[in-house]
Amino acid sequence: MAAGSPRIRAAGLTIPLIAFIGVTFIAPLGTLLTRSVYDAEVAEILPETRAVLADWDGRGTPSEATYATIGMELLRARDERTLGRAATRINRIQSGLRSVVVKTPRRLGRDLDTDPPSSWREALVAIDDAWAETATWRAIREAGQPFTARHFLNAADLETRPDGSIGAMPETRRIYVPLYLRTLWVSLGVTALCLVIGYPIAHAIAHAGSRWSTTLLVLVLVPFWTSLLVRTTAWIVLLQNQGVVNDILVALGIVADNERIAMIYNMTGTFVAMTHVLLPFMVLPLYSVMRSIPARHMDAAASLGATPMQAFRRVYWPQTLPGVGAGSLLVFILAIGYYITPALVGGQSGQLISNMIAYHMQTSLNWGLAAALAAILLLAVIGLYVLYDRVVGIDRMRLG
Amino acid sequence: MKAPHVEYRNVQKSYDGRVLVVEDLNLAVETGEFLTLLGPSGSGKTTCLMMLAGFEQATSGAILVNGESVHDLPPDKRGIGVVFQNYALFPHMSVGGNLAFPLEVRRLPAPERAERVARALGLVQLEGFEDRRPAELSGGQQQRVAIARALVFEPGLVLMDEPLGALDRRLREEMQFEIRRIQRELGVTVIYVTHDQQEAMVMSDRVAVFRDGRIEQVAAPETLYEEPERAFVAHFIGENNLLAGTVVGSDGDICVVDTQGGTVHAFDVAGSAPGDEVLLAIRPERVGVQPDGVSADSVSDDSVSDDTGHYANELAAAVVDVVFIGDHLRVRLKVGERDDFIAKIPNIVGHGRVLPGDTVRIGWATLDCRALPPDPTVLQTEDDR
Repeated sequence: MAAGSPRIRAAGLTIPLIAFIGVTFIAPLGTLLTRSVYDAEVAEILPETRAVLADWDGRGTPSEATYATIGMELLRARDERTLGRAATRINRIQSGLRSVVVKTPRRLGRDLDTDPPSSWREALVAIDDAWAETATWRAIREAGQPFTARHFLNAADLETRPDGSIGAMPETRRIYVPLYLRTLWVSLGVTALCLVIGYPIAHAIAHAGSRWSTTLLVLVLVPFWTSLLVRTTAWIVLLQNQGVVNDILVALGIVADNERIAMIYNMTGTFVAMTHVLLPFMVLPLYSVMRSIPARHMDAAASLGATPMQAFRRVYWPQTLPGVGAGSLLVFILAIGYYITPALVGGQSGQLISNMIAYHMQTSLNWGLAAALAAILLLAVIGLYVLYDRVVGIDRMRLG
Repeated sequence: MKAPHVEYRNVQKSYDGRVLVVEDLNLAVETGEFLTLLGPSGSGKTTCLMMLAGFEQATSGAILVNGESVHDLPPDKRGIGVVFQNYALFPHMSVGGNLAFPLEVRRLPAPERAERVARALGLVQLEGFEDRRPAELSGGQQQRVAIARALVFEPGLVLMDEPLGALDRRLREEMQFEIRRIQRELGVTVIYVTHDQQEAMVMSDRVAVFRDGRIEQVAAPETLYEEPERAFVAHFIGENNLLAGTVVGSDGDICVVDTQGGTVHAFDVAGSAPGDEVLLAIRPERVGVQPDGVSADSVSDDSVSDDTGHYANELAAAVVDVVFIGDHLRVRLKVGERDDFIAKIPNIVGHGRVLPGDTVRIGWATLDCRALPPDPTVLQTEDDR
């Protein structure tokens, strides 16, 4: 007897894949995404402070006992060398509090053994006026809460007002919503450019003679096989101020030497390089769909009286739509999460949301915010995918 | 005199500038005629059709429709209906959409479109199929849609490029009669391409036999069968026995030919003189077979009777193989060096059976034996079989 039905055995073969995806993809992604709403660092470092602040009504300043609790806990945290981490997190909620939190136990500790303060409140306020402000305590209470929506609010350029309501940040502090919009706009633009450039290329590859089509296909694929970094830096060589393109324009007298066009380290650079990098993802699905359209269809349309334009619009184009959909979706989804190219050639104005996520992951170490930004991006992509499915139908998409 | 509907004048076509796919084609097709271009693949017949449709340009020569050159007309202005080998139906459109397409690009008003589509579907007996997709139809139905689409805009000329090639035998025979019926009903001129000689025989008013870019013979099916003028035609249309021989005498239309199996009299097609090499073509069903010792033309067998009564053809042969088909016996004979001489003996009650190994005498009427110009490639293919 064979063990199990063929179907079960076939399913068994996918177990390594599922396990691999689980370990390398779903688990880390899930862990990261939970960080966007869950951060117990402060709660673990300052558990008693968190407990007593939970009872505080949020008006004025808390009781003397609370001052005493936080004073003692800050001292302990300093000894355990966990103070810095707590201070960073509190500082994220209200900037400026890091130094307050760090210097308080240092000053307190100086003469604590000989002369314990008669009033913790007065001692703390003496160290920094911030301890007399309601906002400081609210920030600490907020930081102590392991589950929080603040990363998401932050990522959406929203803030909690002192009265507890949620509202938009002042215009000058809005960073992420404009960045999301810019990312969306760039992705749509790159997708459209790829389609406009890629469609004729794919058509040429699919319907040219076999020798030409191989050559063209290789021309599309060689950049695809080349390191992303090499391709991107090649664009720097071409587009920079003293680069090839500017040199030619100057030599031809189109542009004055002192008015060289800035084509890189800005939005133009991001556009050009991303379109180039993502072009194969548009060409290949289009090519595979076009190859399956018999050339006789165009002859048939002509014999039926259609001009070449009519034949293209009514017969050819509609049959390529599955490829157009697949290519566009692929390019758009890749573009919306694109990181390396904007980072290298985008300069200040060409940065996208992924660069901000990377910044928070690597530089500011605000993983909660990074996770929230990433989660919003992920939701946006899923939303667009569902929209595409509703409008076009995902089963009509053909990748090859 | 009225110009022919379609005329090819000295048309040549070469794709690479060296090899001629079509060499010096001259052909006239009359209005309302069903003409078939018949030939093996690669003989240039489809190229001829595609040049007429406008998908290919002739390298030299002229193609005239109703007496006027179509050289400068793009395919969409020629108004010629084309049925393609694999139908080329548009998969993203319904059957109705496919049929309406030529009417829409001609900007016909919607009511007339609907009426014409319905009429065209009625013509091919597919009423009520408007909303189906081509992929939901059987091969035969797709074929009918393709024909209806080529006819719906009422062209006077319809080209068909092996339209039945993808169908099974039974369906193909059914469609042959269907296409013929429609063509007669509408009175359109049809130029039809096929490599199936039986199909050509069944459907056509005339058949043009193609070979290597040239036309070997253009004639009505019966004429092609009964009076082939070239060895290739004799060999390609139906079954024929081909015997090589040398002319030793000539008398008007009749010549005397020496073959390996003996001397015979034949109808002289090539106008040959003594000493010329010729190929003799004899249909298997015109061959009489008698056991040794009895003269073939002395027996009362109609198929061997000689109208002129003057010339007797008799050869000695050995039976190699006998196959019982049903309505006839197929006898393979060794004549001279070659052992591929076929005779078909009708299965008539009392007809003497022959057995492998028998020595027999075979004979035929002089007019059934045609002396054709020699053609080494045709005999070559015989050897290869």
